Amino acid sequence: MEESPTIYEQIRTSGYSRRDFLKFCAWVTAFMGIEASGIGNVVRAMETKHRLPVVWFHFQECTCCSESFLRSSHPIVAEIILDKLSLAYTETLQAAAGYQAEEVLYNTMKKYKGEYLMLVEGSVPTDNDGVYCCIAGKTSLDIVKEAAEGAKAIISWGSCASNGCIQAANPNPTGATPIHKIIKNKPIINVPGCPPIGEVMAGVIVYLLTFDRIPELDGMGRPKAFYSRRIHDTCYRRPNYDAGLFVESFDDESARKGYCLYKMGCKGPVTYNACAVTKWNNGVSYPIKSGHPCIGCSEENFWDNGPFYQHLASFPGFGIETTADDIGLAVGAVTVAGIAAHAVRANIKKRKLINADIEESKKEGGE
Amino acid sequence: MEDQKIKRVYVWEIPVRIYHWLNALVVVTLAVTGYLIGNPLAIQSSAEAYLGYWFGTVRFIHFVAAFIFFFNFLFRIYWGFAGNKYADWKNFIPYTKKYIRECYDVLKLDILHIKVKPFISVGHNALAGLTYFLTFLAFLFQSITGFGMYSAMSDSFFPKLFAWVVPFLGGDFAVRQWHHLMMWFFIIFAVVHVYIVFYHDYVERRGVLSSMAGGWKFIEKDKPT
Ligand code: HEM
Ligand code: SF4
Repeated sequence: MEESPTIYEQIRTSGYSRRDFLKFCAWVTAFMGIEASGIGNVVRAMETKHRLPVVWFHFQECTCCSESFLRSSHPIVAEIILDKLSLAYTETLQAAAGYQAEEVLYNTMKKYKGEYLMLVEGSVPTDNDGVYCCIAGKTSLDIVKEAAEGAKAIISWGSCASNGCIQAANPNPTGATPIHKIIKNKPIINVPGCPPIGEVMAGVIVYLLTFDRIPELDGMGRPKAFYSRRIHDTCYRRPNYDAGLFVESFDDESARKGYCLYKMGCKGPVTYNACAVTKWNNGVSYPIKSGHPCIGCSEENFWDNGPFYQHLASFPGFGIETTADDIGLAVGAVTVAGIAAHAVRANIKKRKLINADIEESKKEGGE
Repeated sequence: MEDQKIKRVYVWEIPVRIYHWLNALVVVTLAVTGYLIGNPLAIQSSAEAYLGYWFGTVRFIHFVAAFIFFFNFLFRIYWGFAGNKYADWKNFIPYTKKYIRECYDVLKLDILHIKVKPFISVGHNALAGLTYFLTFLAFLFQSITGFGMYSAMSDSFFPKLFAWVVPFLGGDFAVRQWHHLMMWFFIIFAVVHVYIVFYHDYVERRGVLSSMAGGWKFIEKDKPT
C-alpha cells in the first residue's frame, strides 16, 4: 500500500484535537459492542493503520442508507472515512462524473487489488441479463462481479443489498437479488435495515478499518454486535407486553399510556436489529418510541409478510385480510361438518346391523 | 357367564399409555397457549405494567409444555424400538403391500361403511398408523420451528442446537407463520382423531376407546389378529 498518513494523522490534519480523537474512539468502541478495555486497541489501530481504500456502489436503492450514515453518525466518521480518508468512488457523493469517475474507480480497483473494501447499497437485478440497472454502459450485475474480484471484503448496506427489500417483493419484476446470492467467494457482511442505523454502519466500517478482520457474524451474515437481539428483547414497552397490556387501536387510552404495540402488528418480536438500544437520530427515538409498531424493515421479505398493522401475515393466495387463523378455522368447520355427516350416515347404514346385534346381546345376556 | 367368543389382547403397555395422555395434555396446552400468544385477549385495564405478568406466564407455560412435548415425543420414538409389537415403529411406515391394502380396507370401513375381511389389525390399523406417522412429522416440524424461535431467547445449549432453523427458513417471520399455521393441523387432527376413535369403538366393538386407559382390546376368537 502507498505511504499515506495514518488514520490518526488524517484526523488531526482535519482540525480535530487529540481529545476529540479519543472521544471518537471511545464512542465508536461502544457502538461496536467492544468492551471498554478495547478502547486502547481502537486508538492504537487508528494511530498506526493507513488508509483503506473504499468503493461504495449504488444500485437499485433509494440512498437512504447513505443518508442514514451521513446524518446521524459522528462527524468524524463522515468527514474522515468518507471525505478525506478512503472513499475512492461513490456515485452520489463524488464530485467527478463520467469518464473521470470511472477512471478513479478502475484505478482504485487495479492499484489496490485484493485490498479495497467494497460497499454496496442496493440490490442487483438479474432478470433479462440485468438490464434494469446499468451504470456507464455496464449492468450492475457485471459491475458487482468485476469489483468483487479484487475486493478484500464486501459490506451489503441495507435490506436491498442484504435481502432484496422492496425490489425483491413479490412478484420481483426485475429479479432483484441480494449481493450474497451473487458473490460466493468473498467475506460478506450484511447490514440490513431500511435504512440501517447510521451508528451501526459506522461501527461496522470502523471495525473493519481498525481491526482488519470481519466482525463476528450470525447465521444470516449479520454482525452479532448489532443484530443478535430482537427489537422486542430490549424494547422499553416490553413490561407491558409481559403484563398483557396491549394497544387495541391507535387512538385508544392504551395507546396514550404507551402500552405494547403487539396487537397493532408490531414486528419487534421477529426483528433482529439495534433500534431499541442505539435508537435513531443520535439516540432521540425509534419507531416504537414514537408510537408506531415496528414493521420489521431489517428482516428478509418484510414486504411480503404484511399487512404491517396485523400480527399474523396474510395467507398467500387468499387476499390481504386472510390469515392462517381464518384458513384454519374454515378447514376446521368443514371437518366438523364432515364428521357430523359421517356420523349420521353411519347410523343410518348400520341401523339394521346394530339393532340385530342388540337383540342378540339381549338373548345372550339372558333377558 | 364367560363368553367363549371373545379374546383379550394386551396392546398398549403402560409407557405407551402414559405417553399418549401426557402428549394429549401438553398438545392441548400448547395449542391453547399458542393461540393466546398469537391472539392475546383484549384485557383493557388501567393497571401499570409492573403489576401484572399474565402474558409472560402464558408464554412460560407454552415453553414448559414444549419441553415436555419434545422429550415425550423422543421417548415415544425410543419405545418404537423397545416396546411390544403394537408399539413398534413398523406400524407407522407403509412399506409393504399388505400395509397399503389394509389402508384401503380401513377407508372402505370408515367412508363407505363396508365391512371388510380379513379383519383389520388389533393394534393401530394401517391407516391410523400412517396418520400417526404424519403427526410425528408434524411434531418434528413444530418442535424444530418452536425451538428455532426459542433459540434467540435462550442461552442454554439445547435450544441453541436449533439456531440454524431461522436462517434456514428465511428469518423469524417465516418461522412464526409456519409454526402458527401448524397449530391448526393439531387442532383438526385432535377433532378427527377423537371422532374416529368413538366411531371405531362403536362399529368394531373391540374397546378401542378404553384401550388407551386400561391397555386391553377385545377380539373375536375366530378372527385373525
Ligand atoms: C403442539 C405443539 C405446538 C403448538 C400447537 C404451538 C402453537 C403455537 C402458536 C399458535 C404460537 C403463536 C405464534 C404467533 O405468534 O402467532 C406459538 C408460539 C411459540 N411457540 Fe409454539 N406450539 C407448539 C409447540 C412448540 C414447541 C415444541 C416449542 C419449542 C420450544 C414452541 C415454541 C414456541 C415459541 C418460542 C413461540 C413464540 C413465542 C413468543 O415469542 O412469544 N412451540 N406456538
Ligand atoms: S411494542 Fe413491539 S417490540 Fe415492544 S414489547 Fe411490544 S411487541 Fe415487543
